[in-house]
Parts: sequence; C-alpha cells; structure tokens
Amino acid sequence: MKNTNEMEIRFESRSANEGFARVAVASFLTQLNPTVEEVADVKTAVSEAVTNAIIHGYENEIHKVHIRCRIEDNVFTVEVCDKGKGIENVEEAMQPMFTTKPEQDRSGMGFAFMEAFMDSLEVESEPGKGTKVRMKKAIGKGREIWTTRSL
Amino acid sequence: MKYQVQENCLTIYLPREVDHHNAEEIRREADAVIDRNHIKYIIFDFEKTDFMDSSGIGVIMGRYKTICLIGGEVWAVHANARIKKILTLSGVTKIMQIYEEDAV
Ligand SMILES: Nc1ncnc2c1ncn2[C@@H]1O[C@H](COP(=O)(O)OP(=O)(O)O)[C@@H](O)[C@H]1O
Ligand SMILES: [Mg+2]
Repeated sequence: MKNTNEMEIRFESRSANEGFARVAVASFLTQLNPTVEEVADVKTAVSEAVTNAIIHGYENEIHKVHIRCRIEDNVFTVEVCDKGKGIENVEEAMQPMFTTKPEQDRSGMGFAFMEAFMDSLEVESEPGKGTKVRMKKAIGKGREIWTTRSL
Repeated sequence: MKYQVQENCLTIYLPREVDHHNAEEIRREADAVIDRNHIKYIIFDFEKTDFMDSSGIGVIMGRYKTICLIGGEVWAVHANARIKKILTLSGVTKIMQIYEEDAV
C-alpha cells in the first residue's frame, strides 16, 4: 500500500503570510526526511507561487490563498490557488523575465524558479476566475541506494 | 533596513529572509538613501541571509537600473551557497559581481 498524507491551509493574502506559508509547507515536508537543499527548493517554489497569488492574483486586496499538499510515497505535490484575476496567456507569463508589473521591481523570474527547483510545474488559469499552480518533486532521489543497503 | 554609507558607496545589510514582504521596505529606504547621498556603488551584504526568492532579484535589478545611469556597480558579499545559486540562476550575475572573500 502507498504511504500517503495530505494537508490544506487557507490564509489571507497579506505579504506577512508568505513566510508563514513557506514554514508550514516545509514542516509538512519533514516527514519525507528531505535534505536541506530539497527543503530550500520547495520553500523557494512555494514563496514564488504565494507571492504571485498576493500581488498578481489579488493585486494586494485581501482574499484567501489556498495551499494543498499531498505526499504519495516519496513524491511531494503542492498546489497554490487563488480566486483572483487569472492569467490571459499562461505560456507568455511563464517565459523567464516576463512580468506585467515592472514598475514594482518584479524580476519576472518567479515561474522560472518554480520550474528550476521542482520536478514539474502545471499552471491552470482562467481570466476572472483565478489561478492554480501545481508542483511536484520527488524527495530523496539521491539516497535510494544508500537506504536499501543500510536496511 | 540596516545600511551604511561611506562616501558614494552604500552597503545594505540584508535581513534573514529576502522575500516580497521584506523587499518592499528595502526598496523604499534604499532609494531614499541612494538619492540623498549620490550613491554610485551598492554592496548587498548577505551575511545574515539564508532565504531569498525572485523578489530579492527584483530589488537588486531595480537598484542597478538607477545607478548604472551614472556608471555605478552592484556587488554581493558573504553570499552562502544557496544564495549564490539563486543569483546565478536568475542571471543577475551578468550585472553583479560576487565578491569571494575566501578566494586565495
Ligand atoms: N496567481 C496569478 N494571478 C494572476 N497573474 C499571475 C499569477 N501568477 C503569475 N501571474 C502573471 O505571470 C507573470 C509572471 O510571473 P512571475 O514569473 O512570477 O514574475 P513576476 O512575479 O516577477 O512578475 C506576472 O507578472 C503576472 O502577470
Ligand atoms: Mg512572481
């Protein structure tokens, strides 16, 4: 049987909650015994998605951001959802350096970081309805041989 | 924001976490200091920093845009391995030098 676990959190789209979201997801991830590097990768990706929900999705209005995490054996899945303004052209938005808010010093590297630090990234978005970002990462890929031997 | 000004050089001592939440204050205060002191060189000191996302990259790029008009430069010091990875991946190292203190 598969080892599975799930958690969900819902919080207001205040920038102070960006740190909270990173820590909450990282502490749920702990049960997979991740490396320091893997924790940092997931924290960066979550930070990017949550920041996007706050500044682009809700454009600094206060509404709810929803995070869902799932563990299936060693695969960690995290979804970040907002019911904000949505993305007109997802493909264009995902290009490195593309940003619709250059005046706010956005670098346009958010999606590029999510892609670089996670194994997969899927974005579902509808203008006026909101955005869902789903990311997956296999934890402990490099440790398999070592673990088997030590048993 | 913790900082120090020596002539036309501004050192910004970045906080433990540089995310969108903390970046706002750094952006606002740095711009005021740059304007007031005719800053040409900016050193981002990562001594205390263990987390940074793309909001931090935006802060560096934005400040560089201001000072490059007068031939200024941006530097990074005390960056740990993780921060160096973020800087390199973002491409910001094309405009910013990373100072290697332990280089022999
Ligand atoms: N949750 C979201 N809701 C609406 N638009 C979004 C969302 N996430 C991303 N975007 C759009 O995609 C663009 C690129 O995002 P990203 O790569 O994180 O760069 P940045 O946040 O620096 O602009 C944003 O500028 C924005 O237009
Ligand atoms: Mg972003």
